[in-house]
Amino acid sequence: MTVALQQLVNGLTVGSFYALIALGYTMVYGIIRLINFAHGDIYAVGAFLGLSTYGLLRLLHVDNPILTTLLGLVVSMGCTGLLGMLVYRVAYRPLLHARLSILISAIGASLTLEYGLFLIYSPSFLVYPHLFDTPGMSLGDISVSGLQIIIFVSGLVLMAALYLIVHRTKIGMAMRALAINQDAARLMGIDVNRVVALTFFLGSTLAAFAGVLTGLYYSQISFLMGFLIGLKAFTAAVLGGIGNIPGAVVGGFLLGVLEGLAAGYFSSRWKDVVAFGILIVILVVRPRGLLGERVVERM
Amino acid sequence: MNLLEVRNLVTAYGSIEALHGISLDVADGEIVALLGANGAGKTTALRTISGLLRPRSGEVWFAGARIDRRPAHDIVRLGLTHVPEGRWIFSLMTVDENLRLGAYAEPRVPQAALDRVFTLFPRLRERRAQVAGTLSGGEQQMLAIARALMTRPRLLLLDEPSMGLAPVLVRLIIQTIAEINRDGTTVLIVEQNASAALRLARRAYVLENGRVALEGPSADLAKNERVRQAYLGVGAPLRAQG
Repeated sequence: MTVALQQLVNGLTVGSFYALIALGYTMVYGIIRLINFAHGDIYAVGAFLGLSTYGLLRLLHVDNPILTTLLGLVVSMGCTGLLGMLVYRVAYRPLLHARLSILISAIGASLTLEYGLFLIYSPSFLVYPHLFDTPGMSLGDISVSGLQIIIFVSGLVLMAALYLIVHRTKIGMAMRALAINQDAARLMGIDVNRVVALTFFLGSTLAAFAGVLTGLYYSQISFLMGFLIGLKAFTAAVLGGIGNIPGAVVGGFLLGVLEGLAAGYFSSRWKDVVAFGILIVILVVRPRGLLGERVVERM
Repeated sequence: MNLLEVRNLVTAYGSIEALHGISLDVADGEIVALLGANGAGKTTALRTISGLLRPRSGEVWFAGARIDRRPAHDIVRLGLTHVPEGRWIFSLMTVDENLRLGAYAEPRVPQAALDRVFTLFPRLRERRAQVAGTLSGGEQQMLAIARALMTRPRLLLLDEPSMGLAPVLVRLIIQTIAEINRDGTTVLIVEQNASAALRLARRAYVLENGRVALEGPSADLAKNERVRQAYLGVGAPLRAQG
């Protein structure tokens, strides 16, 4: 039981990363039916830009960990968001009506970002600052670090904020309308390209947020860090029902927890085998994903 | 001056040309009907005018501005709104959200436009909070027109507004279109129900195979033998069998 609870805590932490990244996949898919293969690398760029901001602030003798982290998040999220828009403008927008070419273009964007990081930063692992080793809480034999609480809670806050943007604002209403019928949205005076670009911006900021927190959690980052986690977050989005925002959150946490439990009861080397085996079973039983009930529902 | 002028419009889907150079005019305040068989190019004409399709050649002028190279979302803002065939309502969103999307280009939802829409379609007021996809066919058509009116158009393009509706609802929709026109909105309507369209419109154009075959005042076209046979289903010569 202790193992299960401890792995639940770890799983919810990693699941926060999956959920934040999965949201970017699911929003873009919901709106333009594109699997944005570069999204995992957008997350990696977010982690690197966060690291650069930390470095810059150290040069400026700003040492307060909370202040530097907040600044690191803001700078990284802003720049990564703009990068997401740029990727859309350059790699996807000219190919929106070429279904296969756009997929290849997505792979090209992914590799460009990965090896861009390789060349600009480093081919090896880079070390993140160690800022939050507050012990957090111990409940019996289960330990929860302060950083884990921060990741989980701030992740949930961001997910809730995204939900409010999509359901309570005018631009969110335009996003949902566009997901239902793009031409009808144009006839209402909605500039489709602007709304899609904004969707890329929002998804990329969430990925950057996850990237910075990943750096703080694991202490190291590498130019290929987005590849596997991107695949997993994409899996989480499909598991929850691709195009469905709450589904991406549920899928992300579920995948994180399944992996955690598999690591706890078998071994960490088996976690991917067990977790993905279970995912295959779930998808075979529910091909539309857990929350993807209505075929037409996309946002 | 004409509110809408279409000159030698050619539109193609890939290598297949659907419009071979049509020209038509709509004066401010008129109702003009566009008639024709399936595949004659009526829907293509409306989609090209509203900017959903790019013409291969030709010109479209609206209120003195050339619009054939402008994106659809820009054209709406000039006051030309298209209610497409099949309604295209946002089925998973509420009636209220659909109407608010009609006013997307404006900083806030204009109360006057909302009041007018609810006066024309009181049924929609009762169903404001309902998800649009659960409305009946007639209510969905009302919503499609109401949503278009929220853009406060000078010219309304209506594509088959009576399609699939019961006769009583067809009458209601046609009456409402006349009322919208009396309030000052110009209308260009594509309608399969040719007799209703000719009664509603002052003038009409008949499209055949992507060309304008006939045009003139509705009263004249309603008497035209070719129109009567092809679109009104009357006047066909009876022949003894055998």
